[in-house]
Amino acid sequence: MDADTRLERFEAHVAGEGKVESDSWMPEAYRKTLVRQISQHAHSEIIGMQPEGNWLTRAPSLRRKAILLAKVQDEAGHGLYLYAAAETLGTSRDEMVDGLLTGTAKYSSIFNYPTPTWADIGAIGWLVDGAAIMNQVPLCRCSYGPYARAMKRVCKEESFHQRQGFDILVTLARGTAAQRAMAQDALDRWWWPSLMMFGPHDDDSPHSAQSIRWRIKRFSNDELRQRFVDATVPQAHFLGLRIPDGELAYDEDSGHWHFGEPDWDEFRRVLAGDGPCNAERLERRTRAHTEGAWAREAAAAYAAKQASRTAA
Amino acid sequence: MALWEVFVRARGGLHHAHVGSIHADDAEMALENARDVFTRRGEAASLWVVPSTAIVASDPADADELFEPAMDKDFRHPTYFEVPDGVANL
Repeated sequence: MDADTRLERFEAHVAGEGKVESDSWMPEAYRKTLVRQISQHAHSEIIGMQPEGNWLTRAPSLRRKAILLAKVQDEAGHGLYLYAAAETLGTSRDEMVDGLLTGTAKYSSIFNYPTPTWADIGAIGWLVDGAAIMNQVPLCRCSYGPYARAMKRVCKEESFHQRQGFDILVTLARGTAAQRAMAQDALDRWWWPSLMMFGPHDDDSPHSAQSIRWRIKRFSNDELRQRFVDATVPQAHFLGLRIPDGELAYDEDSGHWHFGEPDWDEFRRVLAGDGPCNAERLERRTRAHTEGAWAREAAAAYAAKQASRTAA
Repeated sequence: MALWEVFVRARGGLHHAHVGSIHADDAEMALENARDVFTRRGEAASLWVVPSTAIVASDPADADELFEPAMDKDFRHPTYFEVPDGVANL
């Protein structure tokens, strides 16, 4: 089969909702796009443990602490599902981790913001995980089988994350004036970065059209952002919190909430490495990786010793 | 003859699931036997065969201590959290 026919058949296969597996033929650009997307997604889960991990020792009750521990543990698990899915495309775990630690690979810009208060843990679950769910539910139908199957597991678990976040904010919203102010302050700081999680505008997102054609993405960045705003604004109203956007208004005709423009200069700055916590996040991940080296070496040494005993 | 475990992907997009075992002397024969025994009615989009000796299984006697600790962490399920009336899309 010549190269053009092979490509045509692939395009027709995915256009007809056919699935692609690790042993299927695929265009190099499809493979590269997926390795980049899945590994960035995995890195985001791993780095995403840090802002919340910050509150593990200071959660306001033993129950909240157990719940937060379970959530951070889930994030680690999500990272592992995703690294394994990316490995099916022929890129090793070491290469991907190396990309993260040397800064050649990106992760979601949202995790470069600090978590100074307990309300931030509520805001992360409600807004950040809420935005992640918007992005991730359509990925359960991604054309690449291993990614789609990993996302099904992830989405099932994310639902707990979003609800625990909202539950924290409901509690604060029903609390004292100081607690309500803390919840409002968290929303003020997390609202815009959450909207940025959907990525740049469609006309500024060069690979979007191709990813949609290949059935990797299902909806454009702007479509998903609008859905998130429409779902979230009434929830903020329920909490008695104000969305920090002067342009926010319900449009009767379209049935959608009109909202203002995120600060895209800030988005690009944070993505390029100049956010409030970029250096700290990467330093901490590098330190954990380096300080954990002895455990990996010990496990390998033990396995080698057991193998030599069995052989003898 | 060696024992092999057979895994079938029913159709594109699904994971391979264990369906049973077969006897065969080598990998090629295992794949052919698995096809003949398990997929005579179009049940498969893909087949895996794995030497049974390669499977490492948990001990059923350990099931309690392995899997039970998850049961008392009911907050891992979203239904643990009460969603107040009037809140949608959560």
